[in-house]
Amino acid sequence: MARTARRLLGICCSTLLAASLSGCSAALLDPHGPIGAQEKLILIDSTAIMLAIVIPVIIATLAFAWWYRAGNPRARRLPDWDYSGRIEFVVWAIPALVILFLGGIAWLSSHELDPPKAIESSVTPLDIDVVSLNWKWLFIYPDAGIASVNKLVLPVATPVRFHMTSATVMNSFFIPQLGSQVYTMAGMATKLNLMVDDPGIYRGLSAQFSGEGFSDMTFEVRAVAGQDFEQWLDSARTGGGTLDAAAYETLTQPSVNEAPHTYGTVTGGIFEAILMHPGAAPSAAQIEHSDSAD
Amino acid sequence: MLGKLTWAAIPFDQPIPLVTSIVVVCGILAILALVTVKGWWTYLWREWFASTDHKRIGVMYVALGLVMLIRGFADALMMRGQLALAQGGAPGFLPPEHYDQIFSAHGTIMIFFVAMPFVIGLMNFAVPLQLGVRDVAFPVLNSVSFWLTASGVLLVNLSLFIGEFAKTGWLAYPPLSELAYSPGVGVDYSLWSLQISGLGTLLTGINFTTTILKMRTHGMSYLRMPIFCWTSLAANLLIVAAFPILTATFALLLLDRYVGFHFFTDDLGGNAVMYINLIWCWGHPEVYILILPCFGVFSEVIATFSGKPLFGYHSMVVATMAICVLSFLVWLHHFFTMGASADVNGFFGIMTMIIAVPTGVKVFNWLFTMYGGSIRFTVPIYWTIGFMVTFTLGGMTGVLLSIPPADFVLHNSLFLIAHFHNVIIGGVVFGFMAGYNYWFPKAFGFTLDETLGKAIFWCWFIGFYLAFMPLYMLGLMGATRRMQHYADPSWQPYMIAAFCGAALIFAGIGLTVIQLAWSIRTRERRRDLTGDPWNGRTLEWGTASPPPSWNYAVEPHVHGIDAFWAVKTKNKELHKVAESRYEADHKPHYESIHMPKRSATGFVTAFFAVLLGFGLIWHIWWLVIVAVIACIGVLLRQAWDMDRDLSITAEELEEFDRRHPSLGSQR
Repeated sequence: MARTARRLLGICCSTLLAASLSGCSAALLDPHGPIGAQEKLILIDSTAIMLAIVIPVIIATLAFAWWYRAGNPRARRLPDWDYSGRIEFVVWAIPALVILFLGGIAWLSSHELDPPKAIESSVTPLDIDVVSLNWKWLFIYPDAGIASVNKLVLPVATPVRFHMTSATVMNSFFIPQLGSQVYTMAGMATKLNLMVDDPGIYRGLSAQFSGEGFSDMTFEVRAVAGQDFEQWLDSARTGGGTLDAAAYETLTQPSVNEAPHTYGTVTGGIFEAILMHPGAAPSAAQIEHSDSAD
Repeated sequence: MLGKLTWAAIPFDQPIPLVTSIVVVCGILAILALVTVKGWWTYLWREWFASTDHKRIGVMYVALGLVMLIRGFADALMMRGQLALAQGGAPGFLPPEHYDQIFSAHGTIMIFFVAMPFVIGLMNFAVPLQLGVRDVAFPVLNSVSFWLTASGVLLVNLSLFIGEFAKTGWLAYPPLSELAYSPGVGVDYSLWSLQISGLGTLLTGINFTTTILKMRTHGMSYLRMPIFCWTSLAANLLIVAAFPILTATFALLLLDRYVGFHFFTDDLGGNAVMYINLIWCWGHPEVYILILPCFGVFSEVIATFSGKPLFGYHSMVVATMAICVLSFLVWLHHFFTMGASADVNGFFGIMTMIIAVPTGVKVFNWLFTMYGGSIRFTVPIYWTIGFMVTFTLGGMTGVLLSIPPADFVLHNSLFLIAHFHNVIIGGVVFGFMAGYNYWFPKAFGFTLDETLGKAIFWCWFIGFYLAFMPLYMLGLMGATRRMQHYADPSWQPYMIAAFCGAALIFAGIGLTVIQLAWSIRTRERRRDLTGDPWNGRTLEWGTASPPPSWNYAVEPHVHGIDAFWAVKTKNKELHKVAESRYEADHKPHYESIHMPKRSATGFVTAFFAVLLGFGLIWHIWWLVIVAVIACIGVLLRQAWDMDRDLSITAEELEEFDRRHPSLGSQR
C-alpha cells in the first residue's frame, strides 16, 4: 500500500516537474503580442505574491500538525488557549494587506487591459468584424472589402480592432498566444483590441461551449509582415465569391470543420445587419438598409 | 396520450446508456426483490421513508449523495477516458452528442445531487443535536424537502433511460438552451428536476434558519452556538436568499421553452445576458452554501482532535457572516469576458478578492487551534489537514482568476476547471468526508474502520493532485473546457495523467463502500457505548449513540461555548451518580414530551412530483393535471391532519437513559 502510494506520488511529482520544465511551451506563457505579454506578467507576479503567503501557510500547517501530535513529549501543550488579540490582529492584517496590494493590481490592470481600449501605436489600426456561426468563424475586413472563413490573417505590429457578434449562440473569441478573449453574442457588439508582434501561425478557438460542433470551432491565425498582408488581401480580392445575403444565408447552415475560404467582395453593411437582426440571417433589403444608415 | 413520448426515446442504438440502463434496472429490481423477500418494507417505511426524525432524514440525504456520487463519478471517468484518447484525429469512444450530455449531467449531479445532499445531510443530522433540541422546526416539511430532492434525482436518472439529458452544460446558458438550439427534452429534464429539488432545498433553508434562530436549548445564546451551527445558519440564510433566484430564472427559461416567451432568445428582444447574471446571482452564493458548513465541520474536527477550544471563535463567526454577505457581491466574476466596463470588472474583481480575507483568517485560526494542542491523527483530522493544504492552493488560483485580465486568458479553460475542483473537492468533499467519519459513530453507535478510512483519504488526496495539476497546466497551454477532442498531441500525456488521477479517486470511492460494509460487519467490536468516542466538546456527544428519537430526555442547560466539554471538566468522576444532564446536583426531572409522528406526506408528495415533472417534460398534460391535483390534495390533507403528535412518557425517557448510560445522562 505504502509503496503504491509512494510510486503514485512519484508520478505526480514528475508530472509537476515536467509541467514546470515544459512551461515555455504553454501558450499563455509564450505570448506573441503586447496584451498577452502583460497578462502573462500579471499571472506570474500575482502567483508569486500569493505564494509568499501560501507556501509558509502550507508548511506551518504540516509543521504544527506534526509537532503537536499527541505522541510528542517535547511539545508544549496549551489546552485552554483560544484567544490572542495580537494574533487575531495579525491574521486579519496579513490577508487584508495582500488583498489591498492585489486589489490595486486588479483595478489598474482592468483599466489598462480593458478589451475595448485602443492599443497605442503609430501604425493605423486595422478593423476586423468577427461573426461566430455554427460552428465556424467569419472574419470581415471592411476596409479591404473581403471576408474569410475559419482563417484569420493579421499584419504584424499593427493594432487590430475586432468588432464581434454572433449569428447564433454565445461563443468566445480567443487566440491564447495573443491574449484576452471576449464573448460573441447575438444582437450585441463586443470589442477587443489585440496586436501580434511576430510572424507565425497561431491557434484561435471558441472558448465558450456552443453545441455539437464546438470542439472543431477552431481557426488558424496567420501573422504576416505588412507587404505579405497586402498581397494576401489582393489575392483574396481576385479570388472568388461575394459575401451577400444569399452567401451569408448558406453560411448560417450548421457545419463542422469547414475548410478555410475567402470572399473577394463583401456587400456593405452586412455586419451591421447581422448585428441588428439577431436570430435569423438578414435579408438583402435589411443589409442595404444598414449600409445606407452607416 | 403520451405527449412526445415514443419508443424512439429509449436509446436502443446507443450501447453505453442502454447497457447502463439494463444493469441499473436489474439492480433496482434485485434490491426490491430482496427487500420484499426479507420482509423489510414495513421497517423501511416506518423507520426511514416516513420518518420525520432529523437524524434519519440526514442519513438518507447522505446515502442519496453517496449513490449519486458513484453516478456522477462514472460520468467523470468517461469524460477523462474520452480526453485521454481523443487526440489528433482520434474520435475517442463518445460522440459529441453523448459527451455533451455527460459533462452537463456530471456538473448538475455533482453540485445538486451529491454536494448538496452531503452538506444538507450533515446539517440535518448534527444541527439539532448541537443546539440541544429534539427536532427541527418543521419536521414534516423536512421530510418533504428530502423527498423532493429524491424526486429530482429520480428524474435526472430517468433521462438516461428515457430520452436524453441536456447538452448545454450544467447551467444551461441560453440561447443554447432555448428551443431554437435545444429542441429535445434534455434541457427540460435538467430544468424540471432542478425546479423540484430546488423547492426542497428552499424548504430546507427555511426550516433550518428557523430552527437555528428560534429553537436553541436553555442558555444557548448565539455566541455560545457551536461553530458548525453558525456556518449552517450562514448557509441556510444563503439558501433562503439565493434559491428563489434560481427558481425564478429557470421559470423564465421554461416560459420561453413552453409558451413561446422571449426572455433569453436571440430574436424579438430576448437577452441572454440577463439569464447569465441571474443564474450567477444564485450560483456564486451556492458555492458558499456548500463550503460554509464544511468550514464548520473542519472547525469542529480540529478543535476536538487537538483537544483545544477553537482558536478565535468570535473571529470565526465574523468571518463566516462576512463571507455570507460578500458572496452576493461577486457574481460578475463568472463573466468578466462579457464586455462589461473596466470599472465594473475592477469592482467585482476586488470584491471577489476581499472574500479571501475572511477565508484566510479561518485558515490561520485553524492553524492556531492546532498550536499547543495534542493532535490525534484520526481519519477526520487527515481530511482536515489535507483540506488546509489543498484548499489554500485552490484559494490562491481563485484569487488569481479574480484579476480580470488574468481571467481574460484563463476563463473557461481547464485551469478554471482545475480551480473549482480544487476548492470543491478540497473543500466540500474533504469536509463531507471529515464530517461523515466524525459523526458516523454518533449516528450508528459504532465507528468506521480507521485503516480503510486513511486509505480512502490517500486515494482522494493523491488522486486529486494527479487529476487536476495536469489540468492547471493544460489551461495554461490554452486548452478549453467542454471540448470533446483536441488536435495538439502534446496535451495527451497530461490528459492520461488526469485519467489516472480520476481512477485513483474512483478507487477511493470504492473503498468507501467497502469501509462501510466492513465496519457494519465488524460493528460489535467497534461499538461506542459512551456516546463520546472522540472526547468531543459539543452537546451531541453528551447523548447516547445512536441518540433516541428525542435526542435529549431533558433539554440541556448551556453556560458557554463547548458546553459538553465544560461538563466533563467540571465533573471528572464520570459514571458516578445519576444527576441532571448538565447541572451537577440533582436527579434529572423527566417529563413526558411530544414528538412528531411519522408522516407519509413527504414520500407521497414526491411521488406525485415525479409524475408532474415527467408529464411536463414529455408534454403529457393529463398527467400534469392529475399530479397537480394530487399534490394539492396531499397538502390539504397535511394541513387538516390534527393527529400529528406522539407522546413519550417520562418513564420511557428515564428507562432509555438508564439503559444507555451515555456520559451526559450519567451526570
